[in-house]
Amino acid sequence: MSIEVKNITKRFGSFTALDNISLEIPTGELVALLGPSGCGKTTLLRIIAGMESADAGAVFFHGEEATHVHTRERQVGFVFQHYALFRHMSVFENVAFGLRVKPRAERPSEAEIRERVMKLLNLVQLDWLAERYPSQLSGGQRQRIALARALAVEPKVLLLDEPFGALDTQVRKELRRWLRRLHDEMHIASVFVTHDQEEALEVADRVVVMNKGRIEQIGTPDEVYSAPASPFVYRFLGNVNVFRNRVHGQWAEVDRAPEGARDEALAFVRPHDIEILREAVAGGLAARIQHVQAIGPLVRVEVDHRGEVFEVELTRERHEQLALQGGETVWIRPRSLRVFQGEQLLPAQHFDLGAGI
Amino acid sequence: MSSVRHTNTESRLVRGLLIALALGFLFLFLGLPLLAVFSEAFKQGFGPYWQALGEPDTLSAVGLTILIALLVLPLNVLFGLAAAWAIAKFDFRGKSLLTTLIDLPFAVSPVVAGLLFILIFGRQGWLGPWLSAHDIKIIFALPGMVIATMFITVPYIARELIPLMQAQGKDEEEAAVSLGASGWQMFWRVSLPNIKWGLLYGVILANARAMGEFGAVSVVSGHIRGETNTLPLHVEILYNEYNSVGAFAAASVLALLALVTLVAKTFVEWRMQKETDMLNAELPPEKAPATAASLQSAPQGGGGELGAARRFPERTQS
Repeated sequence: MSIEVKNITKRFGSFTALDNISLEIPTGELVALLGPSGCGKTTLLRIIAGMESADAGAVFFHGEEATHVHTRERQVGFVFQHYALFRHMSVFENVAFGLRVKPRAERPSEAEIRERVMKLLNLVQLDWLAERYPSQLSGGQRQRIALARALAVEPKVLLLDEPFGALDTQVRKELRRWLRRLHDEMHIASVFVTHDQEEALEVADRVVVMNKGRIEQIGTPDEVYSAPASPFVYRFLGNVNVFRNRVHGQWAEVDRAPEGARDEALAFVRPHDIEILREAVAGGLAARIQHVQAIGPLVRVEVDHRGEVFEVELTRERHEQLALQGGETVWIRPRSLRVFQGEQLLPAQHFDLGAGI
Repeated sequence: MSSVRHTNTESRLVRGLLIALALGFLFLFLGLPLLAVFSEAFKQGFGPYWQALGEPDTLSAVGLTILIALLVLPLNVLFGLAAAWAIAKFDFRGKSLLTTLIDLPFAVSPVVAGLLFILIFGRQGWLGPWLSAHDIKIIFALPGMVIATMFITVPYIARELIPLMQAQGKDEEEAAVSLGASGWQMFWRVSLPNIKWGLLYGVILANARAMGEFGAVSVVSGHIRGETNTLPLHVEILYNEYNSVGAFAAASVLALLALVTLVAKTFVEWRMQKETDMLNAELPPEKAPATAASLQSAPQGGGGELGAARRFPERTQS
């Protein structure tokens, strides 16, 4: 079932949590709501679930308005950051809960409940824990049980609030892949909230980057990473070097500055999009090597250009070719860049970049 | 050795003194009176003790005390649940005022509370003429005593539940609703089981207070023998009549009730502690999914492949 959110606004007192948010999520898609804490992503998820009501705007499930439908009737599976398992029920009873509270006419028989619950526990690979209590499970196990419980009622939409936020790195990685596979088998729309960009980029079909109650960008993981729509997205999704005084005749020419814009046009370049060269080239900046550090498959180089420090990432091969020494002078040049003036992306002509290597 | 120990513990003498002081205090103010109650009650042997207890007026006082407790406690449970639920799970104007008002009975002298109800429901009171016109008797009758006892015992259950429910949050209830549970189903299957020990604890305390209440009930009861005398009031009457065996026999019933309360309270506390321990227990070590063959074929990130490029703190120049 598809989800559509139209012009949602939500305020808490004088704080605007969501500012006119619109979003469409087709069936079968796994979407990440990504942003720093306080950006409104959890509030948006709770509004989709019906646990919070919006001040303005509407929610549609499969084209039908659901803005005033009670959570109970929305058929959403909700997974909480801290699992929210029923602490006094066994794992089996937790998963069976959604089936047991159905109206008598729709309630499956005891045998059917047993079968469905065991099937779900098999799906999350925890059937051997059926008789345990939540307090006897590890965090990762609890979260998988919470998922099984949410799936028991065959939800049309799966909503996950920071589902892996409370888990160790290693467990997160495993659960992440597992969630992706699970979602692909279910053919439902899933939305998960996260502040971890790596998680969003790795798992989601589309990423919705949010900041201060607004959507900054919607796109595939590759789009939001390689073509950020705003300085915020640039900074939030990875590292970025910001160059001033490089626009207008140097690296790029801006066709037409927006009227009345006072901010300086700045060039944004990812560390791995900067080339280090031994000889002076057109557009290159002379810089002194400050610090070289190998981190995993990459080598990070900090260079100093007129008192400003920039970060460059090289592959190990390139680094071996260059054999950089601390203190020596090299030339740096961007392979690609984007120009922003204030918050606005400017279409720019790039001069003579990426050639000559 | 000894100098090391002295740096972080008190000397043996100080410790001994403190313990002796605490125990002596307990014995003087709790042990001795308890002993006195039972020794006075049994002073003339078992026969007179049983006879005193079997007095119709004493029996009726016991019955009335139990009746009042049975009427007050369910009402208190209802109010306590409603108030604790409202305070713990909702945000509304006047919430802190409500929290403060729940404690009011702790601050008001019971006698004053009793007088308040006379002022409202008494013959000369605000509602007096209307009540007597409709032939409803509240003061010097059971309803007045129930109201006074309610007032005195109202904080106990709510006080116990509020912190408990605040600590538990709304997540489990929201999960239940998202799974399709109705309000009732959510309450009976999720909320109530989570607070049952706290609720029972509050009920035990409220019950002890309800059965032992003297001041407020004394003001509104009218002391009609065999009719509006609760056990504590009856003890006083018997004592004033120099019927010491009768008075202490009745008092021994109250003392016994106190002991039972103490045991029940300890048991419930132990259960609650056990549940808290269970919740706070350290998580067992994380196990990889049992049939993770397919997952293991995926590259096992050594914390490097994605991390290196993106984990560094953001660095921007301007």
